[in-house]
Parts: sequence; structure tokens; C-alpha cells
Amino acid sequence: MARAALVGLVPALLAVAWATAGEGPTERLEIPPPPFTEGIFPCSSCHADLKVNRTRRPLTAMHDDIQLRHDEQHRWCLDCHDATDRDSLHLASGERIPFEQSYLLCGQCHGEKLRDWRAGVHGRRTGSWNGQKSYLLCAHCHNPHQPRFRSLAPKPAPRRPERPKETIGGLP
Amino acid sequence: MKRDADDAAGPSRRQFVSAAASAAAAWILTACGPKRLVEMPKERLHKALRELERQYSETYGTAVTVADTPALPGVQFAYALDLSRCIGCRRCVYACVEENNQSRDPQVHWIRVHAMEKEKGVDFSHSDPYYEPKEVPEEGRFYVPVACQQCENPPCTKVCPVGATWKEEDGIVVIDYDWCIGCRYCMAACPYGARHFNWAEPTIPKGELNPNTHVLGNRPRQKGVVEKCTFCIQRTRAGRYPACVEVCPVGARKFGNLLDPASEIRYIIEKKRVLVLKEDLRTVPRFFYFYGT
Repeated sequence: MARAALVGLVPALLAVAWATAGEGPTERLEIPPPPFTEGIFPCSSCHADLKVNRTRRPLTAMHDDIQLRHDEQHRWCLDCHDATDRDSLHLASGERIPFEQSYLLCGQCHGEKLRDWRAGVHGRRTGSWNGQKSYLLCAHCHNPHQPRFRSLAPKPAPRRPERPKETIGGLP
Repeated sequence: MKRDADDAAGPSRRQFVSAAASAAAAWILTACGPKRLVEMPKERLHKALRELERQYSETYGTAVTVADTPALPGVQFAYALDLSRCIGCRRCVYACVEENNQSRDPQVHWIRVHAMEKEKGVDFSHSDPYYEPKEVPEEGRFYVPVACQQCENPPCTKVCPVGATWKEEDGIVVIDYDWCIGCRYCMAACPYGARHFNWAEPTIPKGELNPNTHVLGNRPRQKGVVEKCTFCIQRTRAGRYPACVEVCPVGARKFGNLLDPASEIRYIIEKKRVLVLKEDLRTVPRFFYFYGT
């Protein structure tokens, strides 16, 4: 739904840089902008005037379309979304990060996936096998609120081999 | 009786001279006649390619280019596919058809996705390539896409009676469609069912041809020749990922240079559980299957 509206929206690529752990030069990675629902960002355009309510509760006035299926027993909005700077996320340490670096947030629990993603092994890469590669953020494929990869309709099966009629000659 | 005596004495001078003369004539005629594309002098090859471009452009109504980009030095291509990720959606099959100009009718698919039972493991004796549920993945099943394994030790090239198929410097097994005689020995020799025959004149609807072609890859084929996956030679030798890698919605497909220690492919081989199909046949595939989880 929300993400479906965004499929066509992968325009200007945004470059994010980080230093690869330990040795190696700074690697530049092309990452498209985070997959926001249309018109929802910046969050501060609404939240700036709202009083912060840190109580854990079902949302009714707004965002009621979000069904949390991601360790919902233990998490809720403000574990990842920052309450003071509404346009940011924050790590468990309290350090604020922009939505463009949300992979750092995911990597707090899914460390081995983050490691594989950085190596180019988890997730889809496009571009050059020997040069500039384009990465996707975790959230491009996994809805952070319901991260399980959704099922897809398969493309048609191959045709079964068929004996052309004219070559059957001789058979009744 | 007289003949026997002659034979025993060996060929006469006349016989020897005429045999030698005809051998020499045959050698000269062969040298002057058509050549395999790879053996042609560059100048003559390029002339032939421009002629092909002209023909294809006329037939398909777009400006077609036929490249002969050689193997990049210091590059050995390899491929890896994550069996724990593949959901069997067949996006790769059709991306390949469009990129590589396979015939739509009769249908030619270079990639075949086998659905297998999780309980039975990787076993082709019970695989089902014709699965067609509403949604994939299906409960209790996993999927093994199979295309050319680009063997290090390819059985298909050894049986070709005319030398129309061979392994390139970068490890890609290719076919010269103009030299192939259509005997299909290679198809019988391939243990992976990766080679496909054009039983009839291939058809590609006008406007659907990919005009960016390579002479040993996706240029339009003719009836009566064998074709197969070339790791998208027209893309990968230009530094790009194969089409199937870029289309895979779950990112199960990985590609790179085996000789580059920083490549994705090396990371997988060094850190993941990797298998190859029919390892016991010693074909030494360049196509690895792995479990990314």
C-alpha cells in the first residue's frame, strides 16, 4: 500500500559515504532516498506543533494504517523514531541518525545482515560489478513495521515440450 | 590378386602425388573459405559485423549494434545464487529472454527454475519446473534456478565436432552461431540441460529486440543453432551486472570477478556454505549456490 505507491519513486540517487570497517578506503555507495509514503515527510511538518506523548498506546488519530509486526511485544514507535527531532531516527545509544542511514538502526539487532549487506551479499545490487554499485536501504525491500518479505505472483511457467503434429506421422 | 600385391607394396608414386596434391588443394580452399568468427583477422571480422548490423537493423527496424568486446584481462567471471532467498518468482527468466533476444515462439528460456521439496533437498529427480501457484514461495518448497554453469571443464565444448563452441579467457562458454551445424551433441553432453535448440525460425516481436548485442551472445540467432546463457556477455564485458542479477527482487543473484579478493563472489565463497550442482561429474562449475542465512 504505502510502499506500492513508492515503487515508481526512485529518482535522484543519494550518495551516502562511510569508511569500511578497519582497512580500506572510504567507499561511496549509491542509495536511493528512503521509501517514504507520499507526503509524509518531513514528519516535523505536523509533529512540530504536537505535544510529545511518550506513553505506549494504540494509535487512533493518525498512522492507524501501520500494523506493527516486528517484535511488537517489545517495541513501539519511539524505540526507533526520535521524539525530540521528529525527522530523525535514533539508535539504542540515543545517537540520532537520518533516515538515509536507517541501516545502522536495523543493524543493531541484525548485525550479520548488515555485514552481508555492506559486502554486497544481502540485498540487490545494480550497476557495475567492477565499479559504481547502487545499493538499496533495508526499508526498500522490508517494510520496517512488517519486515517479512511479501509473497509475489510468479511469472508464467515454461511451456511443456510438445511434439509438433506433422511429425507424429505414422501414429494413429 | 594383382590389387593385393599393389597394396602390399604401398601406394604407387602416382597415387601418392595425386593424394598430396588434393590435400594441398583442400588446405588452400579451406584457408580461403569462411572462417570461424574468432579466427578471422580483426579487419575482416569487423567488416562481417557491420554487415550483420545492417541485416539486423533492416529486419528489426532499429539500429542494432554487434560488439566483439574481448575478455577483460585479469578477470574470471563467477556467479552465486542464494538458495535461502530465491522465491521462485521467475522474474530472472523473463528478464533474460528480453535482454538476450531469445525466441518468444517457439519458446526458448535460458533459465529454468526448479521447485523442490524442502524435505527432499536439492534433488532433480523430483523437481517441478512447471509450478504455477497464485503466489510464491509455496509452503514447504524451495527453488533452484538453473542456467549454464559455465564449467571450468565443460563437457559440451569437447563433443562439438566442428569447434563451434569454446570457453573464453574470462571463463564464459560461448557459441559461434554461424559455425554451429545444429547436431546437438553439446546438448546431450551438458549435464545441466542448459543448452537450447532453435527448432524453428526464432521470433522476436518488432520493437522488443534488444539492439545492444554481442557477436558471441545475444545477437539474433537463426533456426537450427544451439544457444545458452553467456553471463550476459554484452553487459558483463562492459562492466555491468547480468540482467538477472539486476532484476531479482530478493537479491539472491550475485556476480563478480573471482580474482578480485574484494568482490562479492569471493566473500560468498570464503564465508558462506557453498555448493555446485553435480560436483561428482568434475565439470567444475563457475556457478555457485549458497545459503546466505
